[in-house]
Formats: sequence, C-alpha cells, structure tokens
Amino acid sequence: MTTAVSLQQVSRHFGPVRAVDNVTLDIAEGEFFALLGPSGSGKTTCLRLIAGFDQPTSGHIEIFGETAEGLPPYKRNVNTVFQDYALFPHMTVAQNVAYGLMIKGLARTEREPKAEAALAMVKLSGFGSRRPSQLSGGQRPRVALARALVNQPKVLLLDEPLGALDLKLREQMQEELKALQKQLGISFVFVTHDQGEALSMADRVAIFNEGRIVQAGTPADVYERPRSRFVADFVGSSNVMSPGFSAAHGGPNAWTSLRPEKISVLKATQAPGTGLGSADGPVIAMHYQGAVTRIVIMAGDTRLTAAIAAGAAHFAEGETARLVWSKDSLVAMESP
Amino acid sequence: MTATVRGSYLFYRRPGLLTLLLLAPPILWIGIVYIGALLALLLQSFYSLDDFSGVIVREFTLKTYGELFERSNIEIIGRTVTMAAAVTVTSAVIAFPISYFAARYARGSTKAMFYLAVMMPLWSSYLVKVYAWKLILAKEGIITWIAGELHLAWALDALLSTPVIGGPSLSISYIGTYLVFVYIWLPYMILPVQAALERVPGNLIEAAADLGATPKQTFRTVILPLALPGVVAGSIFTFSLTLGDYIIPQIVGNSRAFIGQAVYTLQGNAGNIPLAAAFTVVPMLIMGLYLAMAKRLGAFDAL
Amino acid sequence: MRSEAGVGLKLGAAAGLLFLHLPLVLIFVYAFTTEEKSYQFPPPGYTTRWFSAAWFDRPDIWPPLILSLKVALIATVLALIFGTLAAAALHRARFYGRDSISLLFILPIALPGIITGIALRSAFDIMGLPFSTWTIVLGHATFTIVVVYNNVLARFRRTSQSMIEASMDLGANGPQTFRHVILPQIASALLAGGMLAFALSFDEVIVTTFTAGQQSTLPIWMLNELLRPRQRPVTNVVAIIVIAVTFLPILAAYFVTREGEHTAGSGK
Repeated sequence: MTTAVSLQQVSRHFGPVRAVDNVTLDIAEGEFFALLGPSGSGKTTCLRLIAGFDQPTSGHIEIFGETAEGLPPYKRNVNTVFQDYALFPHMTVAQNVAYGLMIKGLARTEREPKAEAALAMVKLSGFGSRRPSQLSGGQRPRVALARALVNQPKVLLLDEPLGALDLKLREQMQEELKALQKQLGISFVFVTHDQGEALSMADRVAIFNEGRIVQAGTPADVYERPRSRFVADFVGSSNVMSPGFSAAHGGPNAWTSLRPEKISVLKATQAPGTGLGSADGPVIAMHYQGAVTRIVIMAGDTRLTAAIAAGAAHFAEGETARLVWSKDSLVAMESP
Repeated sequence: MTATVRGSYLFYRRPGLLTLLLLAPPILWIGIVYIGALLALLLQSFYSLDDFSGVIVREFTLKTYGELFERSNIEIIGRTVTMAAAVTVTSAVIAFPISYFAARYARGSTKAMFYLAVMMPLWSSYLVKVYAWKLILAKEGIITWIAGELHLAWALDALLSTPVIGGPSLSISYIGTYLVFVYIWLPYMILPVQAALERVPGNLIEAAADLGATPKQTFRTVILPLALPGVVAGSIFTFSLTLGDYIIPQIVGNSRAFIGQAVYTLQGNAGNIPLAAAFTVVPMLIMGLYLAMAKRLGAFDAL
Repeated sequence: MRSEAGVGLKLGAAAGLLFLHLPLVLIFVYAFTTEEKSYQFPPPGYTTRWFSAAWFDRPDIWPPLILSLKVALIATVLALIFGTLAAAALHRARFYGRDSISLLFILPIALPGIITGIALRSAFDIMGLPFSTWTIVLGHATFTIVVVYNNVLARFRRTSQSMIEASMDLGANGPQTFRHVILPQIASALLAGGMLAFALSFDEVIVTTFTAGQQSTLPIWMLNELLRPRQRPVTNVVAIIVIAVTFLPILAAYFVTREGEHTAGSGK
C-alpha cells in the first residue's frame, strides 16, 4: 500500500513547550486515520504541520513521497476542514465551495457545476446562493467539507469538525463522513478528543499524550490491548492493577488492565468457577447508567469497577461482593 | 525540492520578515516625523535665550529649566494641572450614568441612538463647539437670560463674585473655562468607560446579588473596579487634552495663562523657543507617568 | 434577566446627553439672528441673509476651505496606508516590544496636540523647511494614522486566523489571499477609518497653527473670526457647514461598521 503521509521524528517546540515531540507516523492511502488525545496533547499541531500552517522544529514530513517541510499550504495537495469551519462570510456558499477552483484559474462556467456537484455530495443541493451566516449548525461543516473536497485532495485533514454539534447530529455526521471516505477512497486524517468517535470511525488510531504518540493501532487493538494506564483510561475506562495485586489474583506480575465489562459480580457466598480470577470487597458505590450498572468495590486498597447489565444483581452499600473474571481478560501493560 | 524553489517561499518560511516589511513604513514615518520632532524639541529645551540680544544660544545649559521654576511659571503649571484634574473628575462623574445606561440597559435602536448621540459631539468641529460656548456664556447670552427669567440673576452674580473662579462674566472666568473643557472632552471619557462596562458580563452582577450584595455594594465592589480601566483610559484623554490646550482658555477665560498658552506665546511673539520647549516637557513628563500607570491598570485594553 | 434602569440613572443619562447637544443646537439658532454685533439671547429677530452673505460677500472663506479639503484628503490617504500596514504587522506578530510599538502609534493622540505642533515647528526650523501644504499634511498624518490603525486592528481581531489559513489551504498564495479574503474583510473598516481620519484632519486646529505658517485652513480662519469677529452670524453659517462636512462622514462611517462593532471612534 502507498504511504500517503509520513512523519519521521517530527518535533515542534514553542519555546520550552514540546507541542509535538519526536513523532513518527505513516498514514496509508485510502486510510481513515484518527489522531486521538486530550486537549493540548499535540494532535492538532500535528495536523497543522501536515497542512503546512506550521513548520516542524526538526524532523521530516513527506506527502506522497514528496518533502513537505518548507512548502507553503498552497503548494500541498491536502485540504483541511477547520474546527470553526473558517467559511468566508463575504461569499455565498457556492463561492466558498468554488474558491479553490477560482484560485486555480478555472472559468466560472467550469467551476459552478463542480461546486454544485460537491454541494450535492454533502446533501446541500440548492443552498449555493445562501450566505454562511444563513446556515444552521449542521450545514456549516458540510459546506466546509464540500469546499475542501471539490479540489480533489489526496488527503483530507479534519480538525475536530464535529465538536460543535449536538449528539444526534454528530452521530449522523459520523456515519456520513465514514461513508464519504469509503466512496472517495482518499485518506482522512481526523483529529478528535472523543474516543468513541475515533473508535467508531477510524481504520487506525494514534493516541497522543504530551506531544508524543503513546500507542497506535486499529481501534480493537488499542481498546483490547492498551499498553499503558493512560491508554487504558483514555480509551474507554479500565481497572488498572499493580503488579503485586495482579499476581496475587491469578494475573501476570505486571501492571495489568481489566475492562469493567469483562467482570461479573457474585454474592460473597457464591464460589467462583475454576480457572477464574476473583477479588472480594465491600461495595462502596452503585451507579445506575441505564443499560448498565457500575458497581465499585474496594479490594484491599485497590478500587475495582464492574459493569453489569442493569438489574442483574443488587447490593447494598457495604455488603461484600465477589468480582470474577476470565484470566484472558487481563492485559499486561508495558508501563503503569 | 531545490534550494531555488524554496527561496520563493521566503515569507512563508520567515514570517518575521514579512512583519518587518509591513511595519517598516509606518514605524519610519512616526519615528522620523514624530519622534524626530520630539527629540528636536527636547534638544531645544537645553538651549537658552540670550536676555539682551534675544538670540537663541545653541549651547547645552540647564538655565532654561531653571527659569521654569520661577514663581509665575510654577503658578501656570499648578493652575493647569488643577484644571486638568478638575475636568477629569467631573467628566468621569458625568460620563458614568451615560455609559452605564448605554452599556447595561440600552438595546437595539436605543443603543444605536446613544452611540451616535455621543459620537456626534465627539467628532463635531472642536472650534464650533468652543464657539457655541462663547455664545452661551456671553454676558448677553442664554445663561444670563435664563437666570433673569427664573429670577435667579442674584445667584449668578454671587457665583461670579466668588474670588479666583469668578469674573466679570462667565466667559471671562475660570468657571467658564472649566465648563467648556468638560463639555469638549466629555465624549472621550464616555466611550472608553462604556467599552469597559460592556465587557462586564451581566451574570457577574447577578452573581454578586446572589451572594447577598445590595445594588450599592455590587456597584462598589464589582462594577466600579471592572470599569476602572475604562475610566483611566478616558482620563488619559481628558487630562492630556486639557494640559495641552491653548485655544479654549484664549477664547473663554481670563487673562491668566495655562501651559498651552504660555508655550504658544513663548514660541510665537517672545521667540523664546528654549523655554517653550522646556514648558512642553512638563506635560510630557506628567503624561509619561500617567501612561505608565495606566498601562499597569490595563487601561490600554479599554482604548 | 436585566431589570429596568432606575429613575436616577435615566435622568443622569438624559441630562448628560442634553448637556452634549444643546450647545450645538444654539449654533443653528444664532445663524439666523439679526443681531450682528453681540451674542444677544433671545435673538431680536430672524433672517436668512447670512447664508447668502457667506456665499457671495466673503470670498476669504474659499481658499481656506479648499486648502482644508486638500490637506484632509492627502492625510487620509497616508493614514490608510500606514495605519493598515501597522495594524496588519502588529496583529499577526507576537514579538517582544510589540506593546511599545503600539504605544508609539497612540502617542500622537495621547500627548497634547500642542507638543506635536511645537515639536514639528522646531524640527522644520532646524531643517530650514519652508511652510507649505506638505508641512500641514506632515503634522496631520501623525495623528490620523491611529484612527485607521485602531479600526483595522479591531477588524483583524474579529477575523479568525483560520480564514486566512483556509484560503492558503485552498491554494491561494499571499497576494491572492490578501485580495480575495483579507481585503473584503477589512474594506468597511478601511472606509470607516478613512472617513474618520478625514473628519479629524478637516477639523484640526491646534497642530495646524504651528505647521501652517501664513496659510489658513478653515479652522484657522474660524479661529481668527472668533478672536477678531467681522460678521458674527457668518461665522455661525460656516460653523454649520463645518458640522455638516464632519458629521456626514462620521454618520456614514457608523453605518458602514455598525454590524457588531462599536470601536470606530474610540481612539480619536
């Protein structure tokens, strides 16, 4: 497979702040790649380095084999959907979408049908004569998307484009974006701090923390096999056991992650099955969350949370519960 | 990529260069024309006037600054600073209700009307405004007429017979000068105060009320401190403009000079440019201190 | 929600506004008075003859008017160029000393006008520069710059940086981005700043008395009439014209920029 974007030991420092710190990353052609991390983790700076709005302090960036650093944004065959959409307020929607074509020198008669087609692709046919200020919250990201895609970029960069939308609209746009990416077959590089969004849309995810990539892989990979407490906590939620606790409860002698939904809960009187790991402790909280109920116990000084189907069991606070898990569910991690 | 191709993206790769290029013409203009002239002026203040021949002696001396401390000159400075302070305080007091109403209560077209109502006098001709007050304050003018109609002529006479601030008529007294100064510079106070008040979020006032503050306490402990940078920004204008004005006291006022008039007369008829220059250093120093203080109070954000 | 304003506050605000406006109304009244020698109130009678007198009998008004228009026009063009460059540079850059530079542009209006005036005068003396239209322009273009600078800077602050990035991202280079995105964004701010600069220059008298020499701008003409009146009501007629010439651009500037932004004149 061809590499679309390649970052090799790229760093971007702002004074003493290492916004991006020695990042190496390959994004394949046609891949939906998510950059996931909390705010300030360097994911947006990374995207801006690819777009050319910013330049690396050190390291090397290639876009389809061509050196990108030193090249201004208008010389790169990538386009961006901005977090605030950056629609030009003094132009109509159609003029916004046709902007890149106009700059390229296409005649009006050529660019108008192309712009209209791009608007149709994002389901905004007939909106061309409106002003950006006349659009609803759900329509603005679509215009931004059409404006970028009309230029037929080989890579589309998206900087938290759905962050401003409410939940329903966001889920709908997620599906559409994913479908659009499959249909076009180009690479999407998608910045988000929403782990659910990253897991559901991306082919591969890179998780950022403090300017570095702490883990990269398929969504299943990073969810099932977190390599650090940060990933285990940031992608979903997790019980992290110290090496001592893990070894004492039938696990490996290492920092270990155990997902709450892999745990079942028994009364203290019920015996765990053979070959299963278990821990007892008083229940300190029950959180009803609709589909599931989360039960929190203290096993010694380790806090464990289990997620069980709502109504499957009931405990009073302080009552002893027995948490049981298959030993396969324990994931040894490389660092705490 | 070859080096030559890279070279064509010079401004992209060196954004500071573009900034420098943009900044150079205006900086040079202000730097040469304005700062250059100020330095020339400063230089002159270290020269002196030969008392007998009336010729400027171009040798470094502090003699001219010494003359500044003569009794009559100290009086001029004291008089001007007192007037500037009085005008500034009065402007702030009059401006506050207008600004506060415009910022907090006026909406839509009322707000637009308020804004225009302040802008129009601000941008109206300075001389026309001074002239209007010459009409108002004249002995045969509207104030005398109104006082007569209301049978209050005695009060006006009593006011005019007050020592120091009184005079033969309002247009030949400090009261008149003071009124005109306040009138002319008032809009310069209203706008920054309003801008500062606009930035006080409404929920802060609600929060203060929620925490048990009475409206008076809210005003004193929340609104006033937040409006202060605006008042300071406005006072830069009212204070500085009063310090340097020489036309208002010339048209409305008695014969006792203010700094501006002294400078004007010294450089004109008297030809004593060194002393005129030394005189201008006084408002420069005062304003320098004032600006430094204002900067610390964050007044420049309210400009 | 906001409550209604108290009576005291309303009265205070209304009184303040009246204080600002009544004197201007009086100018109009006095332009029609039949009394020529004093400022008698109420006027003994009313006449419109001073308007024709100003037009036909006083040729001394015209040269100052033309000079004032000329100076204001040139000073405005210079202010537009320098003010915009300064705003663009100081908006995009974050460097040490940036605050000091922005202070530099504010200085000509923050320091008393008489200082600017006498400083320029003594600089002309030292250089042996004779007084001309250009010496007046030189003075005016120090304090008109800040008006354009303030207006354009305020607009830049409202324009999101990502708009410029979006343009570059879509293939436009620097000049193209300036023409298609930046210029349309700041156009109305330029117009407003330009008109305010014009009004400011047209009206200026304090600096001008020092930089004009024997030349007479309209404000200097008026000052002379105030100090040595010939036909008092004619001065009123000219005052009305001056109000119109300065007020119309201000009104226009207001309507051009009123969408969400009220900074137009705050830095006069």
